[in-house]
Amino acid sequence: MKRHLISAADLTRDDAVLILDTAEEMARVADRPIKKLPTLRGLTVVNLFFEDSTRTRISFEAAAKRLSADVINFSAKGSSVSKGESLKDTALTLEAMGADAVVIRHHASGAPYRLATSGWIDSAVVNAGDGTHEHPTQALLDAFTIRRRLVGRDAGLGKDLDGRRVTIVGDVLHSRVARSNVQLLHTLGAEVTVVAPPTLVPIGVGSWPCEVSYNLDEVLPKSDAVMMLRVQRERMNAAFFPTEREYSRRYGLDGDRMAKMPGHAIVMHPGPMNRGMEITAQVADSDRCTAVEQVANGVSTRMAVLYLLLGGSEPAVATGNAPAPAASRPSPATTPERGAERRPFDAEESK
Amino acid sequence: MSKILIRGAKVLGGEAQDVLIDGETIAEVGTGLSAEGATVIEAEGKVLLPGLVDLHTHLREPGREDSETVLTGTRAAASGGFTAVFAMANTFPVADTAGVVEQVWRLGKESGYCDVQPIGAVTVGLEGKQLSELGAMHDSAARVTVFSDDGKCVDDAVIMRRALEYVKAFGGVVAQHAQEPRLTEGAQMNEGVVSGELGLGGWPAVAEESIIARDVLLAEHVGSRVHICHLSTAGSVEIVRWAKSRGIDVTAEVTPHHLLLTEELVRSYNAVYKVNPPLRTEADVLALREALADGTIDIVATDHAPHPHEDKDCEWAAAAMGMVGLETALSVVQQTMVETGLLDWAGVADRMSFAPARIGGLENHGRPVSAGEPANLTLVETSYRGVVDPAQFASRSRNTPYEGRELPGRVTHTFLRGRATVVDGTLA
Ligand SMILES: [Zn+2]
Repeated sequence: MKRHLISAADLTRDDAVLILDTAEEMARVADRPIKKLPTLRGLTVVNLFFEDSTRTRISFEAAAKRLSADVINFSAKGSSVSKGESLKDTALTLEAMGADAVVIRHHASGAPYRLATSGWIDSAVVNAGDGTHEHPTQALLDAFTIRRRLVGRDAGLGKDLDGRRVTIVGDVLHSRVARSNVQLLHTLGAEVTVVAPPTLVPIGVGSWPCEVSYNLDEVLPKSDAVMMLRVQRERMNAAFFPTEREYSRRYGLDGDRMAKMPGHAIVMHPGPMNRGMEITAQVADSDRCTAVEQVANGVSTRMAVLYLLLGGSEPAVATGNAPAPAASRPSPATTPERGAERRPFDAEESK
Repeated sequence: MSKILIRGAKVLGGEAQDVLIDGETIAEVGTGLSAEGATVIEAEGKVLLPGLVDLHTHLREPGREDSETVLTGTRAAASGGFTAVFAMANTFPVADTAGVVEQVWRLGKESGYCDVQPIGAVTVGLEGKQLSELGAMHDSAARVTVFSDDGKCVDDAVIMRRALEYVKAFGGVVAQHAQEPRLTEGAQMNEGVVSGELGLGGWPAVAEESIIARDVLLAEHVGSRVHICHLSTAGSVEIVRWAKSRGIDVTAEVTPHHLLLTEELVRSYNAVYKVNPPLRTEADVLALREALADGTIDIVATDHAPHPHEDKDCEWAAAAMGMVGLETALSVVQQTMVETGLLDWAGVADRMSFAPARIGGLENHGRPVSAGEPANLTLVETSYRGVVDPAQFASRSRNTPYEGRELPGRVTHTFLRGRATVVDGTLA
């Protein structure tokens, strides 16, 4: 794997499968009474959020804390940073604080790439969503969810999504979730179709590794997973679609439409849902909808990403004895924290 | 003033000749001219061009002296071989009154490196609503004949029509920054495959082309001439070609960067590549080169747009648009047009000196290299190859997209009315 996770395109098929397998190991830890691993003890993960997203931030925070990292939440929204202070100055500040990983959410597409490549900072950079560009950990947790549901928790280990048909519905134009998912699901061998009104499909989509359809009803019977994207109501003010009602009628998922899906097919949503807009309550609350699971899977997946970026190549959760810790790298976990050796200088304050 | 003999230069790329400058004027052009009483410049193998003229320069003064001043901008111009630049009106305050254009004109006179011809704003404050006092700017000491709201498009069709008509009274021309504003809200780069992947707001070609189409039709309807700034798409070329074939009085410019660079560079998210209009596709670049060669596009203009480092060293969306260009323009034209065989040096003289001077109404620039003409001259070492080092720029700003890139050719001497402003590649 590369040093940073900026785009889903950074991941090879094997990288992605390794992350999903590692996430399954992490999920097993979550089932234990003590949910913590000492793996990233002594390392600092900064959550640098230039845009509000409590859901994503707490997911990364929980992931880092379960790996025993120290977590600093740097919310730039509303502070001096949101207007005027440069990304560069913030980066230099974080560098001075000794951040080992920076998880960045930014309203500007490309900001994580700049952070990782401009030489301002040495840490690993994880893109937690940039503008309308990418959100690779969301795509990973979505792939994780699909593999678990459609292939199986144990049966899925080591496997990709070969031949699975995934349909992504909604505001593809403005969606970083869609961009990352199209890329990652394609890498994992899935057949991806995006469905949206033509106004919400980007120019140039023809070069994407997916099919494009304007007709949801035609695609549903051929879908193993249907991912509903959040559609902002304000889009109709810019004439992307005439009214909310028209959008729901043509592209929303209700019970009747869900009935057209194959029996095994699942409904996904990255949240937060606009009930009544892209998804009805009946669908959102049905057991085919994985929205809540996706949240839990998000923590396991982000644990896997942080572990693999910061922890290195050792297995995350081994069954034997702990290997000797490498000098410059944290040792992978072997047992939950209670049994782990504690070092005297572990920082505890932000746990 | 003393005499200068430029010996053995290929005038406009042709046969080697001697050119004798006496005072402010070219005294003689020929072979074996006497060097008596003259400083001799050995120019064997070099190309002698008329002093270059840039119809589109942002000098930033008044208002943004942190990025450029008239003095630093004209020093950059002289370094690049220019003897005259047209200063765009989007300063602070906007050059929309006789007072402001006279201030810029006077600063140009004081600089002494390059003649500065101010451009006046078409509308008050560049707001596109009310015509500026165009006549007063023309009647001022600055003698403004080119008017532009550059940076913004004169998008109201009625205002554009009136401006085109009004300036006919004194032989003026409106230079349009063609950008339909509604189609480019939030635009960050060319709209196409790359913008879709990068998640950056798209600036579609049609936003430029639709305005050009409208404006050439307006110019035809009211019998005016119109100039199109920084044409950037293959479609725009087709429209201008069509308009010229119909006899519409339209001229057009292309920037060096649109002749060389493509949108692929934006994948780096390095804001040094952020410019308006945006870098386009390879097909556009090739169409622009061809159009410049066949005369559909009349001139090269730099759109030299200095910005301080902090306005570029940031995330893409927050960065300013624009690139400096005066000091690299001729090299880029050599690489993209001369070394590709599309244009000879006489063609370069036309596109970068004769034609821009004619469009902008400058009488003493863009003149032939012959006896009796003003001694505005540029001597180019075309065999030179060098890597662009922004630290060497005379411009106050460093926002060049060519840093670290090898480009051919360099200006060794520039003469403004017989006075050397650049000697051996160094500002005099
Ligand atoms: Zn412009």
